[in-house]
Amino acid sequence: MLSSARSKSGAGERAPLGLKLAALGAILFLHLPLLVVFLYAFTTDEATLSFPPPGLTLRWFSVAWERADLWQAFSLSLRVAAVSTAVAVVLGTLAALAVVRGRFAGREMVTLLVILPIALPGIVTGIALRSGLALTGLPFSFWTIVAGHGTFCIVTVYNNVAARLRRTGRSQIEASMDLGADTFQTFRRIVLPSLATALLAGGMLAFSLSFDEVIVTTFTAGQQRTLPIWILDQLTRPRDRPVTNVTALFVIAVTTLPILLAHRLSGGGGREER
Amino acid sequence: MTAMAAMAAMAVRFVDVSRHFGEVRAVDGVSLEIADGEFFAMLGPSGSGKTTCLRMLAGFERPTAGRVELHGRDVTDLPPYERDVNTVFQDYALFPHLSVADNVAYGLTIKKVAKPEIRRRVAEALDLVCLPDYGARKPAQLSGGQRQRVALARALINRPRVLLLDEPLGALDLKLRQQMQTELKAIQRQVGITFLFVTHDQEEALAMSDRLAVFNQGRVEQVGTPAEVYERPRTVFVAGFVGTTNLLLGDLAQRLTGTPGPAAIRPERIRLLAPEASAGPGEASATGSIREAVYLGMHTRYTVELDEGGELAVVAQNLDADAADAACAQGRRVRLAWEPSAIRALVG
Amino acid sequence: MLRRAANFLFRHPRWALGLLLGPPLLWLGVVYLGSLAALLVQSFFHVDEFTGQVVRSFSFATYAQLFTPANLDIFRRTTLMAATVTIAAALLSFPLAYYMARYARGRVRSLLYLGVILPLWSSYIVRVYSWKLILAKEGILSWFFSAAGLGRVLDAVLAIPGIGGPSLSFSTLGRFLVFLYIWLPYMILPIQAALERVPKSLLEASADLGAPPGKTFRKVTLPLALPGVIAGSIFTFSLTLGDFIIPGTIGDSSLFIGQAVLRHQGTAGNVPLAAAMTVVPMLIMAAYLAWARRLGAFDAL
Repeated sequence: MLSSARSKSGAGERAPLGLKLAALGAILFLHLPLLVVFLYAFTTDEATLSFPPPGLTLRWFSVAWERADLWQAFSLSLRVAAVSTAVAVVLGTLAALAVVRGRFAGREMVTLLVILPIALPGIVTGIALRSGLALTGLPFSFWTIVAGHGTFCIVTVYNNVAARLRRTGRSQIEASMDLGADTFQTFRRIVLPSLATALLAGGMLAFSLSFDEVIVTTFTAGQQRTLPIWILDQLTRPRDRPVTNVTALFVIAVTTLPILLAHRLSGGGGREER
Repeated sequence: MTAMAAMAAMAVRFVDVSRHFGEVRAVDGVSLEIADGEFFAMLGPSGSGKTTCLRMLAGFERPTAGRVELHGRDVTDLPPYERDVNTVFQDYALFPHLSVADNVAYGLTIKKVAKPEIRRRVAEALDLVCLPDYGARKPAQLSGGQRQRVALARALINRPRVLLLDEPLGALDLKLRQQMQTELKAIQRQVGITFLFVTHDQEEALAMSDRLAVFNQGRVEQVGTPAEVYERPRTVFVAGFVGTTNLLLGDLAQRLTGTPGPAAIRPERIRLLAPEASAGPGEASATGSIREAVYLGMHTRYTVELDEGGELAVVAQNLDADAADAACAQGRRVRLAWEPSAIRALVG
Repeated sequence: MLRRAANFLFRHPRWALGLLLGPPLLWLGVVYLGSLAALLVQSFFHVDEFTGQVVRSFSFATYAQLFTPANLDIFRRTTLMAATVTIAAALLSFPLAYYMARYARGRVRSLLYLGVILPLWSSYIVRVYSWKLILAKEGILSWFFSAAGLGRVLDAVLAIPGIGGPSLSFSTLGRFLVFLYIWLPYMILPIQAALERVPKSLLEASADLGAPPGKTFRKVTLPLALPGVIAGSIFTFSLTLGDFIIPGTIGDSSLFIGQAVLRHQGTAGNVPLAAAMTVVPMLIMAAYLAWARRLGAFDAL
């Protein structure tokens, strides 16, 4: 027996005002601080962080442009991110192919292993790598940073590729082989095109992750400074406030763009493809 | 023809093929021979092993035992891309990032056929399946029936000697399915190659095939022409799966056939008479009353309770009866009559 | 020749699998698992009191050092903050997650999702830095409070021992706010995913059986959303336990686990102690994960 007070869930329903306000509040809470960074990049105040800013200027952008140490840090971050992304793309794709298409016991274990570097707190990964280095006696270098970054970037590519592989279904590969293409030809002509956007999205997320990473990097970088480490130094020894503000703004831009693109490539929102 | 020559004419041979998945015997000792140019159906319920056999022929599964031969050649260990068969998949498996023309041309592209030749043959193939000028479209823009035709063209363009079809009409609605059945048959006659067709729809198998094999639980229970399989079923399963039948067991069988069975008689082979009418010469008969009459438009299905016990299903064409008659048929006394030869003795 | 390789791989799928799995497993095994093993091994070494050198022999001496009052203080402080942040994050996230799962459609939903993802993936260090700007004594938050006439409220809050301090930037409250801000997206997404999985038909059935909306929420929606909350809490808890940048940037000189670890392995040269201290959050998280798994949180990930 249907009661007359049957609730109609669906597109027509309106949310209670309180809920909307609370939701809006959360979104604002998430984004306003970034706007603050944006604002402070233009302040004329050199020494303090006073609000409201006494004036606005573009001067600090050119000052930052002249800073050699900034460029060095930026260049290092870029190179590390590029190489780590390459490593992550190759290893992540191989692992995803094996787990989704292969038939073997312990698939869950592989997934766990891939996820572990990002699931355990950064400090664990960082100090573990540091311990490993200490035990083997290897010196810090560009490659030690890449070793760390590559390890936890694998998961972003792995997740995206695995999700895409699961959606693709087996019969296309069988059809390709049925029509005369062997494993390598099938991979090149059928599998790779279907993975293209997933690889791109995963790669961009990996790039973003690596570019921004600071916790593990403090343990594996030795004397070198990536851009986030440069900012970290500024936090604990405040000098050059204005240049730091400009740098912060720049980093937001560099890490936000790949995310937007990756989002677009993965087909929009709703489902989590981290 | 000598035995060797006869064997060479066999397009496909399964020689005692088995496929085990651990404890499960998906295919259990299947032996089949399919001649060149036949339209052969593998019929059976889900899980009966028919699809697994098809896949072993295509090369996607490896037999646990036995061997598979194509035109006399042992292909058991060959990968699918080295076999001279092509498959039309159940979900069509068209490549979404390629156009229809590129999809159809795929096999030729792999073999590095010259471009002008490819263009010519693609046009030919699309004509064959009645989709000319569809080359530039993408699979996503096609309807189910159109996709199926593209899959067919993509397979046939390679001129395989054997074409495998894995329940290709399953996703189509009834009218389209019937239309495609006729078309497939016509194409097969036109192209002249062997078609091996997997289906669970017995009507489809009966309508299209030259010969068919009935699968059950990994084994082949009967092989024969549609007429043979329908009119002279060998086992209980075949009698029940292909068409409907009255299964006669135990007491009922003893009374009607003289042996305890099992036996079967098709519902359409039993005549419905008035109780006082007499059976024809040589016919056996029994009396009873109608328990249920279901009007099905073209015919009516009666369930008759025999006086001496047991039930028989009888199907009669509605020549001079209609829905009203069916509605008040319940309880009516009748006499059933049939030719004794219509009762088939069964195995298993 | 490539064809021959392909044939070989086809006939021997184990080899193909080996080729696929080999490189990633090798890398992860050596670089990552190897390092974790090295870490564990190091935690059983200890530093000689007199020479200051690391003694490479098995002992529990370093683990015994974990139980000094100073260290216990550190564990207590960090765990307390982790718990508080987790609860606050759950409360703050829920309305947004609920709205996204139940009411938002089409473009709005896509935008909201993007709005949550963007902070999640954008620069962590900059987001921490932004709060240094916000919490500064002369910064926007102080200005806001005095402009709204609530200057005295702020001073009163800052005077509370335990959470207050000389300024927001040097207070436990400040740390709490930053932690909450940084980890919030990690809580929102699993809750939203869990809520989305609640079939509409369940809610309709509940209403059909006579339950008013509030009761439906409490008895149907909330329990089904719980795995999502727990999944999110795994992140917030674990991330807080290990972080050293936020407590190092904001707040007073009291140490969190992460800072202690950093300090010990750095200039102090006591890697064994750093390793042993790292084991603590790992153990806490292992226990937490086991409990969460039983409550079905893993399905919400």
